[in-house]
Amino acid sequence: MRDSHCGNMFRAVIRLSASGARSLARSRPCYSAPLASRCYSHGKVETDEEFDSRWVTYFSKPDIDAWELRKGMNTLIGYDLVPEPKILDSALRACRRLNDLASAIRILEAVKDKAGPHKDIYPYLIQELKPTLAELGISTPEELGIDKL
Amino acid sequence: MLATRALSLIGKRAISTSVCVRGGHGVAKVEDYTLPDLSADQKSLKEKEKGSWAALSNEEKIALYRISFKQSFAEMNQGSSEWKSVVGGIFFFVGFTGLVVLWQRKYVYGPVPHTFDPEYKEKELQRMLDMRINPVEGFSAKWDYENKQWKK
Repeated sequence: MRDSHCGNMFRAVIRLSASGARSLARSRPCYSAPLASRCYSHGKVETDEEFDSRWVTYFSKPDIDAWELRKGMNTLIGYDLVPEPKILDSALRACRRLNDLASAIRILEAVKDKAGPHKDIYPYLIQELKPTLAELGISTPEELGIDKL
Repeated sequence: MLATRALSLIGKRAISTSVCVRGGHGVAKVEDYTLPDLSADQKSLKEKEKGSWAALSNEEKIALYRISFKQSFAEMNQGSSEWKSVVGGIFFFVGFTGLVVLWQRKYVYGPVPHTFDPEYKEKELQRMLDMRINPVEGFSAKWDYENKQWKK
């Protein structure tokens, strides 16, 4: 079972459920990357960094199309984790390339929903994404007032 | 077969887009992932979206959002008051069942056996005391045989 707190640095990707689902909790400098013993039958364990960079690469495709964006986001949201800011950054830039502001706002709503009862994850994500949001001109759902009924 | 022909009169979409005619689900329908028909205002907004997003007002951003998404997360996740109807319905039907049971008692069931008569019950009680049923900690232990009454 991984912990996700190292010092005061709080990482977005934390274990959301305690069940035996694959943990993709963030590891920081105080942990070495792969866990030694895992109950997988075979196969290599993907580290958090590999997972993150795989997804960043996916969304960084210059000619990504709308279907791939939707598919990627739906798959990512299906995982038992909150994506790292850098993955979201890559996804938001993909929205920009596709001229799709609605999806960009939707992504922000979705990750807030993914955090569930952990209310401090979303503000952290927004804080990390602030430069990108400002650069691309994306308003948060809160700024638009659609986070309320 | 008949249902297929009947349904083809209703909708203009081909029935073959469903996995089965009766099924509660189907394959992805094109309406679910393509933009709806846009009005002229919406079309010009979509053109504006190709430029800088910072130039859009909040209302325009919300309008763009609404073109793609019918409900926001807040709207989607909101609860309803349906549970009150459900609980109310439960109480109603339980109450109705109670009425049915009472009616049954009066009009369906015959009289109880004579062994339920108070006099018979008294004789049963006396017999149990005479037999010293559970004399240590139970029944007869609570009877005061000297004074012929229940112990206080």
